Amino acid sequence: MPLAPARPQTFWSRHKRSLTPWLFLAPGLVMFLLYVLIPIVQSVWISFHDWDGLGEKVWIGIENYVELLDDDTFYVSLKNNVLWLLLYLLAIPGGLAVALFLNQTVFGIRLYKSLFFFPFVISQVVVGLMFTWFYAPDFGLFSALIEWLTGEQVAILADERFVTYGIIVAGLWPQTAYCMILYLTGLNNINPEQVEAARMDGAKGLKLLWHVILPQLAPASFIALVVTVIGSLRSFDLVSIMTAGGPYGSSQVLSYFMYEQALSEYGFRMGYGAAIAVVLFLIMMVFITVFIVRMLSQERNG
Amino acid sequence: MFPTPIQKSAPWVRIGYKLLLPVALIAWLLPLIGVAITSVRPAGDLAAGNYFGIPSGFAGVENYSAVFANSPIGWYILNSFKVTIPTVIGAVALSCLTGFALAVYNFRANLLLFFMFVAGNFIPFQILMVPVRDMTLKAGLYDTTIGLVLFHVAFQTGFCTLFMRNFIKGLPFALIEAARVEGVSEWKIFSRIVLPLMRPAIAALSVLVFTFIWNDYFWATVLVQGQHAMPVTAGLYSLNGQWVAAWHLVSAGSIIAALPPVLMFFLMQRHFIAGLTLGATKG
Repeated sequence: MPLAPARPQTFWSRHKRSLTPWLFLAPGLVMFLLYVLIPIVQSVWISFHDWDGLGEKVWIGIENYVELLDDDTFYVSLKNNVLWLLLYLLAIPGGLAVALFLNQTVFGIRLYKSLFFFPFVISQVVVGLMFTWFYAPDFGLFSALIEWLTGEQVAILADERFVTYGIIVAGLWPQTAYCMILYLTGLNNINPEQVEAARMDGAKGLKLLWHVILPQLAPASFIALVVTVIGSLRSFDLVSIMTAGGPYGSSQVLSYFMYEQALSEYGFRMGYGAAIAVVLFLIMMVFITVFIVRMLSQERNG
Repeated sequence: MFPTPIQKSAPWVRIGYKLLLPVALIAWLLPLIGVAITSVRPAGDLAAGNYFGIPSGFAGVENYSAVFANSPIGWYILNSFKVTIPTVIGAVALSCLTGFALAVYNFRANLLLFFMFVAGNFIPFQILMVPVRDMTLKAGLYDTTIGLVLFHVAFQTGFCTLFMRNFIKGLPFALIEAARVEGVSEWKIFSRIVLPLMRPAIAALSVLVFTFIWNDYFWATVLVQGQHAMPVTAGLYSLNGQWVAAWHLVSAGSIIAALPPVLMFFLMQRHFIAGLTLGATKG
């Protein structure tokens, strides 16, 4: 406002109401624009170019996308992303089961709840290293268990048939803990009168859970679904730590495939990487839109 | 209460439950327990093939001091703090402002901006990777902790704004109205009235963001290359490559890297869970 000294006060006082929120928003909004919104547009732009990250960008139209359609690794990644998504959803019933198991008031239960939550607090790098070691053939505890069960020794992370499942199991461990804590909070807020009334009517066990408890847990289930779907499509750390996409690219997922192409040791392919990122982004936007629409309708009703 | 309180069950069920709890916990935390035990196992055990049996002795002091003496893990930990603490301060400060703006003022773009922040929070990092890396390089901030901090602050502002806005919406609006009638300026309403009430939200967000950023691995590999700025997540992975088969060292390193967020969680447990479960109770 000091730019127009003749009538700063009139301008400020006239627009004070409408300008105030923008002044509060400005710092956060600028950072968000600079590091999130603009880069999304730039990525789309870069995906139409051939670029090594240093020299000039060369416009090649949709060639990156055409190449992607012909790339076997792309289809392996897509297939694995679907596997991740589907199997990751097991964290939701799993988390509910653990939460139901722990929703008691006995001595020390609070400590038990926090210890069960532990896997979520530690870094996925640590989780990945732990599971790699547990899967190690010859001496790993899980591989010993599998050998005992099937009578066959399997090198899970080196076997194209099992590698993705092995990594997903490692991911399910912290994700189940996350869903558990969401459900524990939800169970805490259940209306006891309704539960008692249903019990009076003779409902119990699974029937009570399905008809009375689960509807009341809907908000917790929704958040659990959101974080699980997003988490499954974001899977990067575990793949990177445990297999780097191998053996022979069989455990690739889009997020790691993109990283590998863009910062490949054989030369940076920023354009191609950006094209993969755009595909992943579009897939996730489908889910994000569904989530946002639901949150928006809650916002309007609430 | 659901399920039926165990106190109402037969005595054998109660005893069974109390016995089952520790067994279930040990099974659940088996990977962690395995790593903790290995971190104090003498190196000789591993050579002799004793990977999961009873350790032949306690070598915790040797293993942990070997990790600190022979690797830059102390330096990596320091870098993690240099990234995490400024990010927590920056993201919480910015989101106090944005959250206040979106919770208190009615203007046309309000909901649009709010959902933009929410959506931004869910997008895949990969769509940001190439431009953010390029921008950081051009700004001369590649391979520095500041480069990481700036990105993290911007990205976390999305999640933090969602949180702060909903928290402020839950505060009594009459307080703000009354102050306006008194002629208190908007800035003072924010700093003197609303901000002091936001303490629990600030605490909850600080612990959460601390954990998220401490555990970040992706950006630590994208925006950092050399040892001098590398946080402990990326550092641990590169050490894992050097310590081939030295599982007692890898384990000790893992425990060291996991300890700060675990401690943070234990000290601030209630805030942590309040932050994480925001929205899980009311639809």
